[in-house]
Amino acid sequence: MQILRRKDILGLEEMSAEEITLILDTARSMREILQRKIKKVPTLRGRSVLNLFYEPSTRTKASFELAQKYMSADSVSVAGSSSSLVKGETLKDTVRNVEVMGVECVIMRHPVSGSSHYLARSVEASVINAGDGMHEHPTQGLLDMFTIWEKKGHLEELKVAIVGDIRHSRVARSNIWGLTKMGAEVVVAGPPTLLPLDMQGLGVKSYHRVEEAVEGADVIMALRLQKERQESGLFPSLREYTDLYGLTLQRIAGAREDALIMHPGPMNRGVEISSELADGSRSVILKQVTGGVAVRMALLYLLLGGTKEE
Amino acid sequence: MTNKDIYITGGRIIDPSRNFDQKADLLLRGGLIEKVEKNLQPPTGALKIDAHELIVTPGLIDMHVHLRDPGQDYKEDIISGSLAAAAGGFTAIAAMANTDPVCDNSSVVRYVCDRAARAAVRIYPIGAVTKGLEGKEMAEMGRMKQAGAVAFSDDGKPVVSGMMMRNALQYAFGIGALIIVHEEDPSLFGGGVMNEGSVSSVLGLRGIPSQAEEAMLIRDLLLLKTTGGRLHIAHLSTAGSVELVRRAKSEGLPVTAEVTPHHLLLTDRMVKNTGYSTNTKVNPPLRSEQDRQALWEGLLDGTIDAIASDHAPHHPDDKEVEYDFAPFGIAGLETTLPLLLDEVSSGRVKNLTLPLLIEKLSLAPARILDIPGGTLQPGSVADLTIIDLKRIITVNPAAWYSKSRNTPFAGRQLTGAPVWTIVGGKIVMEEGAPAGNFEQG
Repeated sequence: MQILRRKDILGLEEMSAEEITLILDTARSMREILQRKIKKVPTLRGRSVLNLFYEPSTRTKASFELAQKYMSADSVSVAGSSSSLVKGETLKDTVRNVEVMGVECVIMRHPVSGSSHYLARSVEASVINAGDGMHEHPTQGLLDMFTIWEKKGHLEELKVAIVGDIRHSRVARSNIWGLTKMGAEVVVAGPPTLLPLDMQGLGVKSYHRVEEAVEGADVIMALRLQKERQESGLFPSLREYTDLYGLTLQRIAGAREDALIMHPGPMNRGVEISSELADGSRSVILKQVTGGVAVRMALLYLLLGGTKEE
Repeated sequence: MTNKDIYITGGRIIDPSRNFDQKADLLLRGGLIEKVEKNLQPPTGALKIDAHELIVTPGLIDMHVHLRDPGQDYKEDIISGSLAAAAGGFTAIAAMANTDPVCDNSSVVRYVCDRAARAAVRIYPIGAVTKGLEGKEMAEMGRMKQAGAVAFSDDGKPVVSGMMMRNALQYAFGIGALIIVHEEDPSLFGGGVMNEGSVSSVLGLRGIPSQAEEAMLIRDLLLLKTTGGRLHIAHLSTAGSVELVRRAKSEGLPVTAEVTPHHLLLTDRMVKNTGYSTNTKVNPPLRSEQDRQALWEGLLDGTIDAIASDHAPHHPDDKEVEYDFAPFGIAGLETTLPLLLDEVSSGRVKNLTLPLLIEKLSLAPARILDIPGGTLQPGSVADLTIIDLKRIITVNPAAWYSKSRNTPFAGRQLTGAPVWTIVGGKIVMEEGAPAGNFEQG
C-alpha cells in the first residue's frame, strides 16, 4: 500500500485530494478490522505514540487510544492538567523529553491555534493535530468525509450545509477545506456574529437563514454551540438561538429527503439540534464515531506503518 | 573613541534640512559640524574617512524604541540597545516609558539619562502620560521634562479614558510637551493576536480589527481640536488611520505620525506563510496588502512624517511558545535602515527617493521631538550616518548587538547598509561593528 509522504498531519488545508483519497481508502480497510471479533493487528508493534491533550476530550481521545491499541502500538496519554505544563514547562520541552523516551508520533489537542505547527517545527516526531484552537481538527474532518463517502458513495457534487458557530469552529474549517478539495459544495449558516467576518479566505458561501442554506442539501452538519459565546455577547440567549437557528425537522424541510444529519459532538440536544433529528433515521452521528476509529487507524498506519522494517 | 577632528571626503551628502544633495567634503571639530564644502583641504591631524561611493547623511534618529531598562534587562538594556542602534546606523533613539518600574517620574528619567551617558548613541527618555501607565492619574510630566524627557507616552497601552486624555493634552500644551499615542480601543481589540481579516479567519486566530486603532484615533483627533498641544501618532497601521491623519492635517490640526518598517513591508499573510511564527506577532498587527499600500502612499505624500522601528526586543524564550502566549513585538534597530535602503535600491516603491527616506529617518523625528540633529548645517551637532548603498547584507539575528532575536526578516538578503555611525564627532560604529568602549549591561 502507498504511504503518505509527509511528516505531520496539521490540517486539511495543506492536504491534496489524492492524499485525502488515500486516507479514506485506507480507512475503509481499517473499518474491516473493526468488524472482526478480535480487533487487533500487529501492524504497529514496537511503535510508540504520545497522546497529549491540553483540552478535555472524550471522543477524539478514546478514538485515538483505541486506534493505537487495535494496531498494537505502545502509547501513553498525558492530560494537560496533570502535565508539567502546570509546572511551567514549555510545550517544546515537554514533548522533547517524551521524544527521547522513544516516541515517534505525537497526537496533540491544544487550545491555541497554530500550536501543532509550532510543535511540528520543534520536534522530529510526527505530529497529528487532534484540534488546535479555532484552526483545524483534520481527523474530525476526515472522519466526517469518510462517513459521508460511505453513505453516499462519493463526495463530489454533494451539497453540504454546516450550521452554527462557524467562526470559532476548527471542525468547520477542516470540513470546508477537505470537502471543497474533494469537489463538494459547502455552504455555512448562522448568525453573523458566529460567522467569520471575512469569508473570502475560506471560499464558501454563507447564509444568515438556515432554511436557505439547507435548500437541496445532501448533508447537514450541526456544530456545537458553546455557552461562553453567549457570555461574550455574540448572541442573546440559547433559547433565542434555538428558535432562530436550531436544526429541526421543519427547518430543514427544504433539504433532500435523503439528507444526512451530522454532528461532531458533544451535542446540546434541544439547542443546536432537536432530538428527533439527532436520533432520526437520517442521522449518522454515531456512524461518525465509528468512522473516527477507522480514520485514525489509517492515519497512524500511513504515517508510521511503512517507515521501519517493512 | 576619538576626539580628533574628522575629515570626510568624496561622499554624496544628503541633507534634507536644506534640500542639499551633492558631492562635498565635511569637517567635524569639537563635536560639531565645522564645514561642508566642495574640495575642502584635508586639515592636518584629522582622521580621514574616504566616503567615495558612499552617502553621508544626518545621524538617523529612531523615535520609537523599547529599551526594557530598568526592569527587563534580560531582553535588552540601555547599553545593548545603544550598540544595536549604532550598528543599525542610528545616532539617537527615544526610549519608551513602559519599563519596570515605569518611567513615570523624574528619578527614572534621570536613571535613563545617567546610563545613557555611557551608551553608544544619544538616548532621549520618553516619560509616561499616566502614573504606572494605568490611565488614572497624570504623571509628573513637568518634572520629567525638566529632568530630560522629550515626550510623553503610555505606549504599549492606550489612554483609555477620554477625559484623562483630554486633560493630558491640555496640561501638556501648558508645558510645551509632546504627547505620543498608541491608538487602541481595548474593547474592539478584544484579545486579538493578529489582523482581523481573511487570513485570521483561515488560521483561526483571534483578530484585531482596524477599527480598534481607528476608533481611538478619531477620538484623539477630536480632542485635539480644543485642547491645544501637539499630538504624535505612533505606528500607524491601517488605511483608515492614514486617511484620518491626512484629513486632520488638512484641517490644520497639530498632528504628526510615524510608521514602522514592518508595517510598510509585511502583511498578515506572513503569519500564515511562516506557519504561525511568533516573530510575526506584533501590535499593531501586520495588516492587509491594501493597508500596506496606503501606508506607503501616506509616507510619500507627507501624511506620515517619520519612520520609526518600534524596536520591541524579547528574549527568544519568550517567543518560543504557542502563538497566543507569545508577547507582541518585533526588534528593528538593526534591520530598519537596510530594509528601507533595499526598497530604494530595488525601486520597488515608485517615487521613494533616498533624500525622502533620509528625511523621514532624521530631520522629521528631530523636529517632532525638538531635539538636536537631523541636519548637516555647519554649527550643528556632528551626528552623521554614512551609508553604502551597494553593500549586500543578510539579516542574521544571531550576530546582533541587541540581546533580542525576534524578527520576521531573518535570512533576507538586502542591498544597502550603514558603514559608519558618528555621534558628537566620535565614531561609534565602523563597518557594522561598534567602535569604542561602552559599558556592557
